[in-house]
Amino acid sequence: MKKNSGKSFKKTRLKYEEYFFRWVMFLSNYIIALILGFIIYTILKTGIPALSLEMITETPKGGFYFGKEGGVLNAIIGSLYLGLGSTFLAFVVGLPVALFMNTWLMNKKRTVNLVRFILDLLWGVPSIVYGAFGFTLMVLLGLKASLLAGIIVIALLILPIMIRGIDEGLKNIPKGLYEASYSLGSTKSETAFKVMMKQTMPCIITAVLLSFGRAIGDTAAVLFTTGFTDNIPTSLSQPTATLPLAIFFQLSSPIPEVKQRAYAAAVILTAIILVISILSRVFTYRYKKHSIKF
Amino acid sequence: MISLFSIQRMIPGRVKADRFNRTWMFAWLLVIVVLPLAIAFGLIWKSSLLFEDHSLIEMIVSSEWKTLSGKFGFLPFIISSLWVTFLALIFAGPVCLFSAIYLTFYAKAIVLKMMQPVIDILAGIPSVIYGVWGVVAIVPIVSKYVAPVFGVQTSGYTILTGAVVLAVMIIPFILNIIIEILNTIPKELSEASLSLGAGKWYTVKQVVLRKAFPGVVSAMGLGLSRAFGETIAVLMVVGNVVHIPKGIFQPGYPLPALIANNYGEMMSIPQYDSALMFSALLLLTIVLVFNLVSRFMIIRYEEKFR
Amino acid sequence: METTHFSSSLLEDKNEADASIQNKETTYFYRKKVDGANQETERNKGEASKIEVRGLNLKIKNKVILNDINVKIPRNKITIILGPSGCGKTTLMKSMNRLTELYPEMNVKGEIFIDGEEILNSRRDVTEIRKQMGLLSQRPYPLPMSIYKNVAYGLKISGRLKKRFLDKRVEHYLRQASLWNEVKDRLRDPASGLSIGQQQRLCLARGLAVDPDIILADEPTSALDPISSQEIEKKFVELKNNYTIVMVTHILRQAARIADYVVFMYLGEVIEQGPANEFFNNPKTEITKAYLKGSIN
Ligand SMILES: Nc1ncnc2c1ncn2[C@@H]1O[C@H](COP(=O)(O)OP(=O)(O)O)[C@@H](O)[C@H]1O
Ligand SMILES: [Mg+2]
Repeated sequence: MKKNSGKSFKKTRLKYEEYFFRWVMFLSNYIIALILGFIIYTILKTGIPALSLEMITETPKGGFYFGKEGGVLNAIIGSLYLGLGSTFLAFVVGLPVALFMNTWLMNKKRTVNLVRFILDLLWGVPSIVYGAFGFTLMVLLGLKASLLAGIIVIALLILPIMIRGIDEGLKNIPKGLYEASYSLGSTKSETAFKVMMKQTMPCIITAVLLSFGRAIGDTAAVLFTTGFTDNIPTSLSQPTATLPLAIFFQLSSPIPEVKQRAYAAAVILTAIILVISILSRVFTYRYKKHSIKF
Repeated sequence: MISLFSIQRMIPGRVKADRFNRTWMFAWLLVIVVLPLAIAFGLIWKSSLLFEDHSLIEMIVSSEWKTLSGKFGFLPFIISSLWVTFLALIFAGPVCLFSAIYLTFYAKAIVLKMMQPVIDILAGIPSVIYGVWGVVAIVPIVSKYVAPVFGVQTSGYTILTGAVVLAVMIIPFILNIIIEILNTIPKELSEASLSLGAGKWYTVKQVVLRKAFPGVVSAMGLGLSRAFGETIAVLMVVGNVVHIPKGIFQPGYPLPALIANNYGEMMSIPQYDSALMFSALLLLTIVLVFNLVSRFMIIRYEEKFR
Repeated sequence: METTHFSSSLLEDKNEADASIQNKETTYFYRKKVDGANQETERNKGEASKIEVRGLNLKIKNKVILNDINVKIPRNKITIILGPSGCGKTTLMKSMNRLTELYPEMNVKGEIFIDGEEILNSRRDVTEIRKQMGLLSQRPYPLPMSIYKNVAYGLKISGRLKKRFLDKRVEHYLRQASLWNEVKDRLRDPASGLSIGQQQRLCLARGLAVDPDIILADEPTSALDPISSQEIEKKFVELKNNYTIVMVTHILRQAARIADYVVFMYLGEVIEQGPANEFFNNPKTEITKAYLKGSIN
């Protein structure tokens, strides 16, 4: 009798425990979604009233930083230049490296895993450290703070994301496809650049967009390296503004009108990031059609 | 038919191109592999000036920060960083763990499908946007609602604010890793327990979490190292006062913020310049150590299931 | 007695298949072949065989996968490599193409001659060696591109070609693989959209486009439905006039239907090889007899 009641007590306790944790888990999950909603709501609510056409079509005019007219076109264009330039650079270096790891080094699993490990470590290096390192590099090479310096530093920053993103796709390609390609007499280069690259296209697109988003959104690394200017850069050696820096600087201003602009610029940056996220989904879906499903 | 002659004439070119490709690709790979070392050496080289008349121990345990008289005590910054990051992990860790369990064992597939974009977008939002959100939303909440409950008066720019913002920033990062970790656990394992009549939560607690424990710990470690290096968002809400913080309602001044806030003066005083580079080096070292340990644990963990 | 009976029924099966395939020459063609089978092999003994494997040993971490394989594969014939699954058929086939190089764990020793030229330890470029052979694998692996480009791929590897010429060759090879009529209106569609049987024929067309003289096929029909399988078999019988075909299978009936020459493997060794007729009617070893009876699988 006693034993029995003890058992049923344990059972009910377990039942309540299950019930309790189910709720905790449920809440934990939806809280994350709610927070995202909260963030976007906050950004829109403070930013939309300050948003105007002028913001995105004009560069800062005299007295901009005292609340007079002008916009952040310089920062938008600067960010796009920086994002495109660094993504391009990282892609041009990253794609071959990822292909190399999975084609030429296919039989050297230990080496490849070591490289992956190093890339993962690099991914974890904070962007401010890249900034400091980039600054050192700049001084060493005699470069001034410029678009080019920014592009190089950001390219280094996103390189691990690019390579590992593409690598994840390549990793999952079955050996049979390699065999099919080699059996036709393809060289390793042809196998890599004509077959494997196509097969992993959805992953490449995702990796590129992810890198681009990271490049556009980064603040800490460009703080040291791009300088800041009210003009749209016309060459790689000129300094440039970027959206995150514009937001950062304007928000620290004591003048409310300038702060308002930071909010508006935040809406623009958020919108760009959301568009990238949507594009990434659409493209991935589109490019899946050529990939062979296994 | 293609004449054999034309084929044979083409071949050396293809093969040569292939060899050429191998060479430059290998060179690029080498450059990337050496990059972490290059970063470390660059920072060591730049911070070496500081070591001429300061010892490492002295700088780390001293809390005196007077740049003009050449006193560089990093303790306030290190302590601030520790406060903010650990607090952030305390907030984010459990949420991620429970959410990951929910998504992998309880929720319908569609919920995971809906949550994936949410996680991706959270991960993609730039640091500075989190900063704006922190300034606009969290700072007032802390100063108006949270602090008064504890009988404290504050501007809202506190360690707590920094930690909350940071927690949200590392949630997608940790969550993704834990989901991956939980997915490596063979389905048969939990099914075996369920078939014995154990409840779902009981199975998760006794079987899944026990197995996944090292993986979960390393996910937290990775989250911690990510949080440690996060700069702009924290800088914007944490107050940036050089002192050793005594509670979560005080302002702090984490290491990354120190570097970011003073980059302008970098070129002016050589020793100051050197000190900032040293903080970058310190940051890099701490982050790499956390990363190294966590990743090793994850690799060991994953090998177990192979 | 029993074995012989079973085998002759198999041979009848072959008879039927061939008859239905070659509806022009039908019985005449077949009878000639059966009658002349011994005669033909006699003649082939004089010629050098197309592929010759000599003393091939393959180990994976001290585990012997292939043990002292010696095989002679006759020219312009269908050679079937037969044997229960796991006996090393795929591995033998991969060695012929040097695809074993993709598996660092495999330790290959021995010699393989193609037209009298050693390829396994040759310093010739491996891509050139592989071009001599088209490979069909157990399940089709179309390349991740359009149907047209799949076939054009092999052509293009051999050098830049003019578009008009390319179009013609692509059509030619698609016709050779009996795929042209099904895909001519959607050449630019991704190959991944084809049915699995069509994909396998596309892989055949693609392999032929490289202009090999050997076709290696590793259980090419095992993932296909019966009708698609039959189409492939039919294709092989047509193609053997111009190609040396080596096909792996573990389906006895299939082997009996199309084989000219049979290599029977068991546990990493070649137990018996010879003309199909002889192999099915007069198996020499006990293992072969047991296998033909169906008691080994
Ligand atoms: N990459 C490999 N690693 C380890 N063992 C292998 C590998 N490939 C094949 N084997 C082993 O070699 C033997 C022969 O395999 P296989 O040639 O595929 O046989 P078959 O094609 O006749 O079914 C099998 O026992 C298989 O387990
Ligand atoms: Mg096989």
